[in-house]
Amino acid sequence: MSDLLNMLGLAQSAELLSLSPPGWGGNLLRGLLNSLQIAFGAFGMGLVIGLFGAYGKLYGGPILRDLLAVYTTVIRAVPELVLILILYYLGSDLINKVSEAMGYGRVEISGVVAGIWVLGVVQGAYSIEVLRGAIQAVPPGQIEAARAFGMPPLMLMRRVTIPAMMSFATPGLANLWLIATKDTALLAIVGFSELTLETRQAAASTRAYFTFFLAAGALYLIVTLFSQVIFGRIERWARRGQPSLRGGPR
Amino acid sequence: MDSFSGGDPASASSGRDKEAVRIEELHKSFGELEVLKGVNLTARKGDVVAIIGGSGSGKSTMLRCINFLEAPTSGRIYVGGEHIAMRDDGTPSNRRQLERIRTRLGMVFQSFNLWTHRTLLENVIEVPVHVLKQPRAEAIEKAQSLLKRVGLGDKADVYPAYLSGGQQQRAAIARALAVDPDVMLFDEPTSALDPELVGEVLTVIRDLAAEGRTMLLVTHEMKFAREVADHVVYLYQGRIEEQGAPEQIFDAPKSERLQQFLMSIN
Ligand SMILES: Nc1ncnc2c1ncn2[C@@H]1O[C@H](COP(=O)(O)OP(=O)(O)OP(=O)(O)O)[C@@H](O)[C@H]1O
Ligand SMILES: [Mg+2]
Repeated sequence: MSDLLNMLGLAQSAELLSLSPPGWGGNLLRGLLNSLQIAFGAFGMGLVIGLFGAYGKLYGGPILRDLLAVYTTVIRAVPELVLILILYYLGSDLINKVSEAMGYGRVEISGVVAGIWVLGVVQGAYSIEVLRGAIQAVPPGQIEAARAFGMPPLMLMRRVTIPAMMSFATPGLANLWLIATKDTALLAIVGFSELTLETRQAAASTRAYFTFFLAAGALYLIVTLFSQVIFGRIERWARRGQPSLRGGPR
Repeated sequence: MDSFSGGDPASASSGRDKEAVRIEELHKSFGELEVLKGVNLTARKGDVVAIIGGSGSGKSTMLRCINFLEAPTSGRIYVGGEHIAMRDDGTPSNRRQLERIRTRLGMVFQSFNLWTHRTLLENVIEVPVHVLKQPRAEAIEKAQSLLKRVGLGDKADVYPAYLSGGQQQRAAIARALAVDPDVMLFDEPTSALDPELVGEVLTVIRDLAAEGRTMLLVTHEMKFAREVADHVVYLYQGRIEEQGAPEQIFDAPKSERLQQFLMSIN
């Protein structure tokens, strides 16, 4: 193994990427873990906002609908990097103001929580649109049948609308998840040590830019490939009962 | 108010005189368009009422007002003698009551409306298990026998999309039967089907009529209506133009419009 690496002139890279110091591999993996944690939290928060927002947009009163329209429009119009800066500083400012007003003094906000909040607000706006479209794609007859049999509204949402819309929503949600994993890189700008920032630091201290950014790229790629497998499964499950377009049974 | 007596000895059991559904002065408008202009109708337990009429005469709307899938503009609906509470604008004022009454009404739609993400068995047990909170094992057992009864015993684990229209409609009937409804509402159950599939669905409905189920049936199948109905209602532009026993409606129609309607479809 080491002979082969030597031959290819990669021995040095392997050393730099080793998991234990002086290698920087451990730092990169820690960064990746942080990134995934934030992506996961933000995606989940986006889903919750998305579900309520979609229902609000479809069935809410005029005021709620207007508010949601402003939210989705503004978030989707402003570049993400700018949003992150605004939301991050706005969020920490607000929290500090509140805590100072209550006499606690300044508080340290955890990077993960801040990251989830910032990206979750962004994801929510896109989720609303994905889920709204999916809900509208559910054949109205299926919802009507549930109502005709006396199903109460919340049960109807849980038992009929959500499962029936899943097949329409998964492709869009898979996209959102991948965007969430990559958007975590933007958090480097507020000094959060996710994968991209860790990579930059490792590269800067060792001058091995090529090695580290290639390694980070590979990690992002692995996450994507893995996600595709998972979402493929989810989609197959969500599409149960729908004959495949290619024909043939199941 | 109109009343009538059916002459079906098979179901001349007790309770025959109890009313199942009563519609009083039902009006329904969609915006400017007045679709129902004061309909009165009573169906008693065990009655099979066929509702016929031209396209757009308001048959579906009338049926859908009974379970408030459409909110009436005004009028009163009684199911099993119980008045469905509504506000002045026709929306139901007591959601719980409406939901309870809806579980007593088994509806079968023109386009089946099975839940596509559930197998036939799951479709049939859905309401008994989740809405009526019946024990799952019991519901499954009952669902299997219902599916067998409509000729789908071997299709319990198949998803609706893999079945023919006739099979889907029979499954939809099994789903409606699973709640053991007091009244079954059929809205043109065969008009989305290929002609060769109509017969199998009518056979199931005929069977239900024979066992004394109370049914309101919107249909374009005149021969069938004549055969199974105790009472036939002819709707014309949102009003009941004529009603009576099938022989009277089909053999000796009084109203000129009904005569024309019967001519036009033969
Ligand atoms: N949701 C709705 N909004 C507006 N108009 C409606 C709506 N539903 C029905 N209508 C109108 O009400 C009238 C009666 O419709 P309905 O479906 O009750 O007729 P029908 O007798 O069932 O006809 P068909 O035999 O074609 O099914 C039609 O003119 C129709 O266009
Ligand atoms: Mg109709």
